[in-house]
Amino acid sequence: MPLDPMQLEPGLWPFLIATVVKMLVVFTLYMVVVAYSTLAERKVSAWIQDRHGPNRVGPWGLFQVLADGVKNFVKEESMPGDVNKPTFLLAPAIAFTMALTAWAVIPFGAPLPTPWGKVDLIVADAPIGVLYPLAITSLGVYGIVLAGWSSNNKYSLLGGLRASAQMVSYEVAMGLSVVAVLLAVGNVSLPQVVAQQQVGGWNVVLLSVAAFVFMVSAFAETNRVPFDMAEAESELIAGYHSEYSAMKFSMFFIAEYANMLTASAMFVTLFLGGWDIPFTDWDTTGPATVAKALATFAIFATKIGAFMFFFIWIRWTLPRFRYDQLMSLGWKFMLPVALLYIVIVSSGMVLLDQAGVARGSTAYRLAFLGVNVVLMGLLFVILDRGRLISPASSRLERVRLERLRAVAATRSSIAAGEVR
Amino acid sequence: MDNTFHPLFYSFHFYLFGLIAIASALLFVTRKSPVAAALWLVNVMFCLAVLYLMLDAQFIGAIQVLVYAGAIMVVFLFVVMLLNLGHPSELADIRGQGGRLAAGAVGLALLAEVGVLVRARFPAQLTPKAAAALEPAAQPGGVIGPIADSLFREHLLAFELTSILLLTAIAGAVVLGRKRGATDAR
Repeated sequence: MPLDPMQLEPGLWPFLIATVVKMLVVFTLYMVVVAYSTLAERKVSAWIQDRHGPNRVGPWGLFQVLADGVKNFVKEESMPGDVNKPTFLLAPAIAFTMALTAWAVIPFGAPLPTPWGKVDLIVADAPIGVLYPLAITSLGVYGIVLAGWSSNNKYSLLGGLRASAQMVSYEVAMGLSVVAVLLAVGNVSLPQVVAQQQVGGWNVVLLSVAAFVFMVSAFAETNRVPFDMAEAESELIAGYHSEYSAMKFSMFFIAEYANMLTASAMFVTLFLGGWDIPFTDWDTTGPATVAKALATFAIFATKIGAFMFFFIWIRWTLPRFRYDQLMSLGWKFMLPVALLYIVIVSSGMVLLDQAGVARGSTAYRLAFLGVNVVLMGLLFVILDRGRLISPASSRLERVRLERLRAVAATRSSIAAGEVR
Repeated sequence: MDNTFHPLFYSFHFYLFGLIAIASALLFVTRKSPVAAALWLVNVMFCLAVLYLMLDAQFIGAIQVLVYAGAIMVVFLFVVMLLNLGHPSELADIRGQGGRLAAGAVGLALLAEVGVLVRARFPAQLTPKAAAALEPAAQPGGVIGPIADSLFREHLLAFELTSILLLTAIAGAVVLGRKRGATDAR
């Protein structure tokens, strides 16, 4: 990399100080946003269900978060008998730490000019980039599994088991969907991913199937509805955290929202152009200014907010999957789709390279756009199984049709009083 | 990014994570509960990943965490919990004299290997290719460029043979996993 004249001063101390300041700022902001996303969840759910939601503590319930925090801190910590104590205490810490740590490599704005040189708005520009959050979030499953196991409770154990199977399964699909992005970028470094999208267009348009697979896997990885098998209330009480109380319970909640935030940031960075402001080159060209850094950070935050809203929206709209449906969706659908998509993307790239179409040119982008529109159409038709597009001619299997007719016939005969 | 070598920083972290790795490895083999042992093993793998990072092998470090700690050990824990082996009393361990002797012999052989490796002479100069691979930023593909290059150009045959081996293992697992004579109802 050529040395930028406006780079940070060389030496260990400027680097260390800049990193520590960034860590503190990111940590503080992150915790505040995590706290307020719990309020957002309650407010949005209330809005979706035509209720008021929390509105007593502060204007529009804005201080509800503080009240919840104080309550959780001063509540009595219960320690059930016969739990495996070290693991029981370790589990919430693991869940929480792993969700938080993954944030380190995500670029959140254009470089910020300071009197001591240019500071990149990323905590650690690790060359392994996208592999780091994948690796760290794959450790987050330990928090849930250990919580489930150490609680010495069958419901907790079932929740933990479900979570481990589900998260390992969907991690595969998630990793493979990221491969398509890495193929397009030619690097694993996240700032490079953002830079490529600033030039070549957002990946959500050009690699939409990968974006879809990543999105679905993100829901499964964060144990959110429709894939919240780990804490299915109607089946498992509260799943893996049934035995937890007070702040330890709260830490699982913080971990869940922190995971959502990290997953949103990953999606935004990989598929929605990161901190790129669409339809303008103002943010990427010319010298770095404070206004650019703030504006790009604002647009990054807006994108994350939109995706968080999407998370909440889905939770209060869709019912939960059954466990076997979840597993077969992951292994029999998402995984083959992700694999097939890698083949399609890489062969498409080789073909276009052979045809002499320059990467990032309009023709190249249009070709990818066309392929993705067709593939998304196919995906929709397959997932829809003929229900939404034309309910009248839905492709029912002959056996199922016969069964339905038999049920209808029995019902009508019961109604007619023929059979008792 | 500052690439100067800080010997104190480096050796402090090397000894720190080396000691944690050794201590965790000892705890891993001495714990009675399989879950505790598995967790200490995860800790060993994590420390090894840190050591790989310090050797500038960042890809291997990430893959170590992602594959071993994040996937294989999770599946291991899954099996331990599913079979409810969480209680030390249900353990079947090597208790025979022969098993202990064999384990001791393997341990001694590994120690001897470490001794030989410590005394081995390494070339003072890196080959140009290895030196180039140590400069990740200079490579077109970042840190994974050199790995992809040697994996898919030089060692393509070995790579494909490994994938066939894995495919065979998957097929075997599927065959073993299917209930005999059972047909999928749905």
